[in-house]
Amino acid sequence: MIRGLKYALTQAFVQVFRNKGMSLASIFSITAMLLILGLFFFVTVNINIATESAKQQFNTIEVYLLEETSRDDADIITQSLLSMDEIAGVTYVSKEEAMEHFKDRWGDKAYLLEGLAENPLPNSLRVELTSLEDGQLIYEACRNLIGVEDVRYYQEEVKKILTITDFIQQGALIIILFLIIVSVVVVSNTVKLTVMARQREIMIMKYVGATNWFIRGPLLAEGMMIGCISAGISLGLIWMIYSRMVELFSNQALLLFSTSFVEVGFMMRNLIWIFIALGMSIGAFGSILSMRRFLNA
Amino acid sequence: MIRFEGVTKMYGGNVGLLDATIKIEKGDFVFLVGPSGAGKSTLIKLILKEIEPDEGAIYVNGREITHLSNREIPPLRRSIGMVFQDFRLLPNKTVYENVAFAMEVVHSTKRAIRRQIPQVLSIMGISDKADKFPAELSAGEQQRVAIARALINNPMMLIADEPTGNLDPDTAWEIMKLINQINRRGTTVLMVTHAKDIVDRMGKRVVAIDKGRIVRDAWGGEYGYDD
Repeated sequence: MIRGLKYALTQAFVQVFRNKGMSLASIFSITAMLLILGLFFFVTVNINIATESAKQQFNTIEVYLLEETSRDDADIITQSLLSMDEIAGVTYVSKEEAMEHFKDRWGDKAYLLEGLAENPLPNSLRVELTSLEDGQLIYEACRNLIGVEDVRYYQEEVKKILTITDFIQQGALIIILFLIIVSVVVVSNTVKLTVMARQREIMIMKYVGATNWFIRGPLLAEGMMIGCISAGISLGLIWMIYSRMVELFSNQALLLFSTSFVEVGFMMRNLIWIFIALGMSIGAFGSILSMRRFLNA
Repeated sequence: MIRFEGVTKMYGGNVGLLDATIKIEKGDFVFLVGPSGAGKSTLIKLILKEIEPDEGAIYVNGREITHLSNREIPPLRRSIGMVFQDFRLLPNKTVYENVAFAMEVVHSTKRAIRRQIPQVLSIMGISDKADKFPAELSAGEQQRVAIARALINNPMMLIADEPTGNLDPDTAWEIMKLINQINRRGTTVLMVTHAKDIVDRMGKRVVAIDKGRIVRDAWGGEYGYDD
């Protein structure tokens, strides 16, 4: 058993190098397929996260308190708000905290705020909604509270964002499906070509008296090895492309979606095992397919 | 060694082999002759169990093979060395690896492989070609590799399907001398051929097939008909 495994692996290793043309063709098509899948995987993950964070941002209602509303009054308002099912949480934000937050957002232009004589920001309550749909209702309720100066809720923006993100998510899904179909066609064509090339070889092995598994083992290992190599190449390419994209566009993304790209390392750690598994199964599946027709007799 | 008893094989309406009865004993050297499509290939395919007979019984090494399961076919084929007109070497393996493959198939140890292959290559006169690929060899050299592969596991029998068909007369005769040598060491030889001069010159047993029937079986025979 162990010897058989070792035999299959060494044979596969040698044959991958000897059948350069065929190996390269297979590696190329599997790599292309994985590359496309991987890039779209990255894009979709980023879009999803941006969408979620956008929803998170608009999931809150800012309740600005009057100057004369004391901290105790604020606590009473907080308690009454928390008793409502539609509200997930309420946080008190003092005007000092609000200013800190403001400075963070302005980043290297924060010095502009230094010139202010006194803090013009009000104390506020940040009300988190259980679900976006109740926004309008809570907005009305907050406006009628005593001690409240103003309520800010980005209702129209929420609607727009929801429509856009839905559109993007569905579009990405359709493109991914389309790409998967294309890749399957390309890979299965490559397999068909290798079948023709392998037909004679398998026949000869059978004349010499090789059992089906003796023939299958090395070919299977060969397919899996090709899949692994393809996974490695596409992972490398994706890593390069994604890092470059993060480098180039992270500022724009921050402005547009107020979120940064998902970190390269995190994405790669998740993708490595998916890709190796996917590459190896594509390779093994291709080998099995190419052998099946000639091994039954 | 090999026995056919009333074996018939039809391909649709066409005759492959008709009621053939033949017996080949251990150590025999048999030429199988006949026009194209007479049934020579059918007979060999039946021995290798590539195809099933419609009627009759076939014994190889005393064993009835018409009812072997798929699992028992590889051992049957290992007990018979095969040589073909088109050599059938694995194109991506070197000479050494091609011969080694036949040994790996029967799970020989690395040590046995390293010991035996140089021996058989030197018997075949191709010791210096061990690291070449088939495409780098002449036709005669390729056939020697094929014979080396056929013999490496000491089969009881060597079946050669027109082994000299692709060779020039001198090379063909060299190969025949090799095969004769192998036969003298005790290996049964069954050789399909169209080479009249070789059959006449060797003076061995000749079995002639025509239209699926065995029409002649004579020791020290001649080719006996014109193509």
